[in-house]
Amino acid sequence: MILDSKIPEGPLAEKWSKHKFNLKLVNPANKRKYTVIVIGTGLAGASAAASLAELGYNVKAFCFQDSPRRAHSIAAQGGVNAAKNYRNDGDSVYRLFYDTIKGGDYRAREANVYRLAEVSVDIIDQCVAQGVPFAREYGGLLDNRSFGGAQVSRTFYARGQTGQQLLLGAYSALNRQINEGKVKMYNRHEMLDIVKVDGKAQGVITRNLITGEIESHAGHAVLLCTGGYGNVFYLSTNAMGSNTTAIWRAHKKGAFFGNPCYTQIHPTCIPVSGDHQSKLTLMSESLRNDGRVWVPKTREMAEKVRKGQLKAADIKEEDRDYFLERKYPSFGNLVPRDVASRNAKEAFDDGRGVGSSGKAVYLDFADAIKRLGKHAVEAKYGNLFDMYYQITDENPYEMPMRIYPAVHYTMGGLWVDYNLQTTVPGLYALGECNFSDHGANRLGASALMQGLADGYFVIPYTLGDYLATIGPKPVDDKHPAFAEAKKGVEETVNKLLALNGTKTVDEYHRELGNIMWEYCGMARNEAGLTKAIGLIQELKADFWKNAKVLGVNEEFNMSLEKAHRVIDFIELGELMVRDALNRAESCGGHFREESQTEEGEAKRNDDEFAYVAAWEYKGDNVPQELHKEHLVYENVKLTQRSYK
Amino acid sequence: MNLTLKVWRQKNANDKGGFVTYKADSISQDMSFLEMLDVVNEGLTKKGEDPIHFDHDCREGICGMCSLYINGRPHGPKRAITTCQLHMRSFKDGETITIEPWRATAFPVIKDLAVDRSAFDRIQQAGGYVSVNTGGIPDANEIPIPKTIADEAFNSATCIQCGACVAACKNASASLFVSAKISQLALLPQGQPERYRRVQAMVAQMDAEGFGSCTNTGACEIECPKEISLTNINRMRRDYFNAKFFKEEEID
Repeated sequence: MILDSKIPEGPLAEKWSKHKFNLKLVNPANKRKYTVIVIGTGLAGASAAASLAELGYNVKAFCFQDSPRRAHSIAAQGGVNAAKNYRNDGDSVYRLFYDTIKGGDYRAREANVYRLAEVSVDIIDQCVAQGVPFAREYGGLLDNRSFGGAQVSRTFYARGQTGQQLLLGAYSALNRQINEGKVKMYNRHEMLDIVKVDGKAQGVITRNLITGEIESHAGHAVLLCTGGYGNVFYLSTNAMGSNTTAIWRAHKKGAFFGNPCYTQIHPTCIPVSGDHQSKLTLMSESLRNDGRVWVPKTREMAEKVRKGQLKAADIKEEDRDYFLERKYPSFGNLVPRDVASRNAKEAFDDGRGVGSSGKAVYLDFADAIKRLGKHAVEAKYGNLFDMYYQITDENPYEMPMRIYPAVHYTMGGLWVDYNLQTTVPGLYALGECNFSDHGANRLGASALMQGLADGYFVIPYTLGDYLATIGPKPVDDKHPAFAEAKKGVEETVNKLLALNGTKTVDEYHRELGNIMWEYCGMARNEAGLTKAIGLIQELKADFWKNAKVLGVNEEFNMSLEKAHRVIDFIELGELMVRDALNRAESCGGHFREESQTEEGEAKRNDDEFAYVAAWEYKGDNVPQELHKEHLVYENVKLTQRSYK
Repeated sequence: MNLTLKVWRQKNANDKGGFVTYKADSISQDMSFLEMLDVVNEGLTKKGEDPIHFDHDCREGICGMCSLYINGRPHGPKRAITTCQLHMRSFKDGETITIEPWRATAFPVIKDLAVDRSAFDRIQQAGGYVSVNTGGIPDANEIPIPKTIADEAFNSATCIQCGACVAACKNASASLFVSAKISQLALLPQGQPERYRRVQAMVAQMDAEGFGSCTNTGACEIECPKEISLTNINRMRRDYFNAKFFKEEEID
């Protein structure tokens, strides 16, 4: 199969406008004859469901939480980028495009990223019209801040909870359509398979998480908006329920998986405190604006700190290594996420980590407090300091914070073309669950932008073209393909419920997480990745022998829910490792130890790897087949990132 | 630390339910409350017993999915946090902890500690929005909003829809939640065109769901993990009276 990205011809700045004009339209009177299925109700899903319903389509929307408003978009703190240039500081659509392409380490499509930057300005207008309470200045106009080392202030925010406010806006639009009868909402439902009729996606099989009922739902198209798969690492900043099941089952039905190994590991998270740890908490990146990152200069001193014999405050200035400032004098503590994370790991590997486990570095505000006063620091970061205190019982005003990197976002996801369609006709992927816009590394405040861009401003156009092409003839869940898919799901359920071994599903999840973190985490190498494939295969075989899944299908059964998710994570884990192994270069969030400069910085290899790796499922226990979509750069010049 | 847990177990909505006592031994002070329950559940699963079902998701205090009535208080003994942010160091070694679901007619128990809060969704579906379609929107800065108003609307908008206010209220009133949602939009210029229609529709739905009436006790404000203020309830009442006396609109 040849991958066709369907990137429109013509100059970059005109591609989207021309494409929109060329897309077919659905006659207004025909729209009500179509049903669209939307899986997931985060920023991408809620905005798509609402926008499509407004156009007149019938929408069936599904989420596994008890309310669409709980989707994990809600937890995004920092903000949303938009090229409004309200600050008159030189921002433009082109600059946002350029920053995003460069930030992604030249592994994203020019046309997609340009479109993202182009529609970013509409997102802000849309959200404000819905009543989203963005931060404002005394003049009543919107406030902006610079975020993630950007040279311009283009980030719109709502205190430290921008994600919540944007999602509540999309949720309110969704609620309006539910009230009007255009969206039928299914809470506490999990998608367990997609249904294909004549090669096209035409429905889904879901499980009602309360009653256990396995249901068939037919539609003219299926939109997956199910977020990232960071929980493959067990510990991540994702919500406990965030999972890969929907996209993984779609992958097994023919959707190619793009760049699965691209993972973003965020540098400023609260370190692990013990084996009981269930998730990691992110501390906003903004802390690095004033906090200084350091570890003790010597291993001996670090050891004393770990044993509690020495306190951070007692370490003299000359015995501290402010390693980011030392290595990257021009960016200092504000280097991009991947660089900051990797350097923290290096300190740990060097035996200079702090905290009882050694898996932490200091983020010190003593200088900021001296310079600005405690009050000013409190005004800026008070809520984050409180959160830190709540979790660690340590007062960051008096002793430096301890931070360590944690898995935060997955740039990889289902491969989609310019229309956001996967390799299965009629099956679309929006938001974090697709691979499309962030390349190998996502910039701060770009995730919210992409989720909403896909849902509000891209899919309403591109989906119409597909629907107009297939025509409004009714779809029906009585088609034998539904019975077949349903039978497959029931078999999986029964197979899982029959497991009566000795180990809990959580134990397998933790083991998988350890393997992924160790061999496919911040730094990867061939030997480790090869070993990891074996370990994951063993883990999978062991799961099907020794896992323990309790209860019956016909009840609210969290043991069964988890079992579905964990077995899919195990299979995905293997693919991620294969992808990381194949990509023998360093780029963005993927650092291959074999590919580094003499100074130990990441070295990209554009000659051999300027492509999207799209993996095709070939069957159970058979390695996926690699397809390459070569990336063509007509507008930007590929350069090596340098933050020295 | 070693603890004794008295946990409400209820197989499904029709089951009568009752307390079951469990031992939670070797619990670290650094665990969150939900991690403590994870450990207990891991033990139960190993023994082949049905784990304790409870709702949770983000575990960072923002999704509003976790609940739990701990020792007689929603989200436990500490102020201004959710259960997932509560840590075991807030308890004493040897303590007996009683864990119940939210108790309210409008929040029927689904299983054990998980309740059905879809009534909150339905109240917002009744009118908790500004009726704008996607696209064709004027530039965001064409609607200047005084900072104090924007901040006040933001304070109301921080509600996470957890239901602690209902659980805390002796009448199981949802007034704090509903009024926060109404206030956010009533304060902002974008919310004005539908202001009086909205308050009528949402209050009508709140009553239809079977929540109790507000008697100004104020327990909701004290237990709210996001510190939503009672002022919101005053705003809701003012708008409701205004609507009923002077601006009544037909609602669906």
